[in-house]
Amino acid sequence: MIKGKIENTFASLENISKSFGKINALNNVNIDIEKNKITAIVGDNGSGKSTLIKILSGSLKPDSGNIYIDGENYKYLTPKLAHEKGISTVYQDLSLDNYRDVSGNIFLGRELTKYGFILDYERMEDETETLLKDLDIHIPYFKTPVGYLSGGQRQSVAIARAIFQGKNLIIFDEPTAAMGVKETKATNELIKSLPDRGFTVLVISHDMHQVLHLADRIFIMEHGEIIDNVSKTNITVMDLMERISNGS
Amino acid sequence: MDIKYDKKTSGIEKPFTQLFLLGVLFILIIFLSIYSPFFLKWNNIRNILDHAALQLIMAIGMTFVISTRGIDLSVGSTVALTGIFIGLLLKAGFPIFLSSILGVLAGGILGTLNGILISKLKIAPYVVTIGTMSLYRGLSLVITKGQPIYGFPVEFTYFGKGDFGRINPPIILAFSIILLGAFLLRYTKWGQYALALGGNEEALRRVGVSVNFYKTTIYTFSGLTAGLAGLILTSRLNVAEPNAGFMLESDIIAAVILGGTNMKGGKASISGTVIACLLLAVIRNGLTILSISSYYQQLLIGIIIIVSVSISEIRQGKQIRIYN
Repeated sequence: MIKGKIENTFASLENISKSFGKINALNNVNIDIEKNKITAIVGDNGSGKSTLIKILSGSLKPDSGNIYIDGENYKYLTPKLAHEKGISTVYQDLSLDNYRDVSGNIFLGRELTKYGFILDYERMEDETETLLKDLDIHIPYFKTPVGYLSGGQRQSVAIARAIFQGKNLIIFDEPTAAMGVKETKATNELIKSLPDRGFTVLVISHDMHQVLHLADRIFIMEHGEIIDNVSKTNITVMDLMERISNGS
Repeated sequence: MDIKYDKKTSGIEKPFTQLFLLGVLFILIIFLSIYSPFFLKWNNIRNILDHAALQLIMAIGMTFVISTRGIDLSVGSTVALTGIFIGLLLKAGFPIFLSSILGVLAGGILGTLNGILISKLKIAPYVVTIGTMSLYRGLSLVITKGQPIYGFPVEFTYFGKGDFGRINPPIILAFSIILLGAFLLRYTKWGQYALALGGNEEALRRVGVSVNFYKTTIYTFSGLTAGLAGLILTSRLNVAEPNAGFMLESDIIAAVILGGTNMKGGKASISGTVIACLLLAVIRNGLTILSISSYYQQLLIGIIIIVSVSISEIRQGKQIRIYN
């Protein structure tokens, strides 16, 4: 059940439904993503979280419902439109081109040019250096194809790209799934700092401790529906796990 | 904390394929020049370059296609069909220049058809281009009833076997296409997206790039280079031959792979393609000089390709294991 409408939203999904054949992945889902806050979505496998992200990032079209982005109504988004609206996503598979180097991946689809069409590698590398320093990300060799980097470094590149390319909403799908303890801590701190940098954040995670540490509001999903939304001050890790396990 | 970034190096070894090929080419040239006093004569060098020009032009187009994890098996048939088209235009009285331009553009249209079928209908590239390989060859045979088309103006032969100082026009055209290809690959979004299509097509789609557009235009480019090769071949022979370019695609693909472009996509090398084409041309020339039967040429080239690609794959696998 939804407890009241959230004010000052950047994005809202209203009565969104999506089916794949006979499978109802999403059933009249309503979510408000508050501006400059961190919203989390939790739920068991198959609850519809990934489908929801894909709809917000433009990879999938909903069967019905409305999407509101900064007050404007859309029936569906495309990847290009999502990017124009300042939405970028860090996918679980990271969506990196393993043969391109760090700045090549950060600027993928957003390459800088000079004279209108000639790629400006120097400027891209300078901006990448500035971005990585700003985010305190350590990757010593710029020219290394990212396929040769460690899992944590690759995740950092994916996050840096999302921060660079997404001007408004950044969506994280299991952001620390492949990371060790130290990298998880650093990534969590980075995500936590994003609202202060002017970003709105949506996090999908199975890690309840991470969710409670990061999120201001938590939506709980089950079988394609939102069964509850809570403020993090009103719930504990055990409560969350109970709600997910036992349902509505 | 002051973080230092090394923006000059990759921190890993450079791929060695191009250097290896260059070394083999160099050794071969030395050997052949010692064995035969005629090898390093300008006429023979020009002969090598002239024969390599056709393969070079088409191989540049194929480099882009293969970098996307695609393949274009229809290029040999495109050579024939565009040659037929040019021949018909010439016989109909069209000016040479216009016929030539339209012929090359026709190659582009044939390539675009491949691109649309592959990108829009999501049919595998080898399936589409095997189909169009037969389609285009079949059209050439049906239109000409299997007979070559003769009787073009003598000025038409300039493209294929004229003189531009001491250089033939095909060599100049090949050089221009090489420069164009290198520029496009390195310095344009179009070229970099060709690599990204092979590196991670879904990642490119997710950042909002129109994947279908870029994939289609890459096959258009392959068709254009095949059309240009069709023009050169028809001009060189002064005949539009429906069986022209038969099995040419195998040599082209071999050169591109030998040159280090990754069949799994994501990596391409124009310089590698160029060196590989020259190497294969020198080998063919060398075998002729050594009076070795032409039957052995294909055998030897096949062995070279398998050995070179195997060495390259083993080295690439070692690099990934080291850094993982």
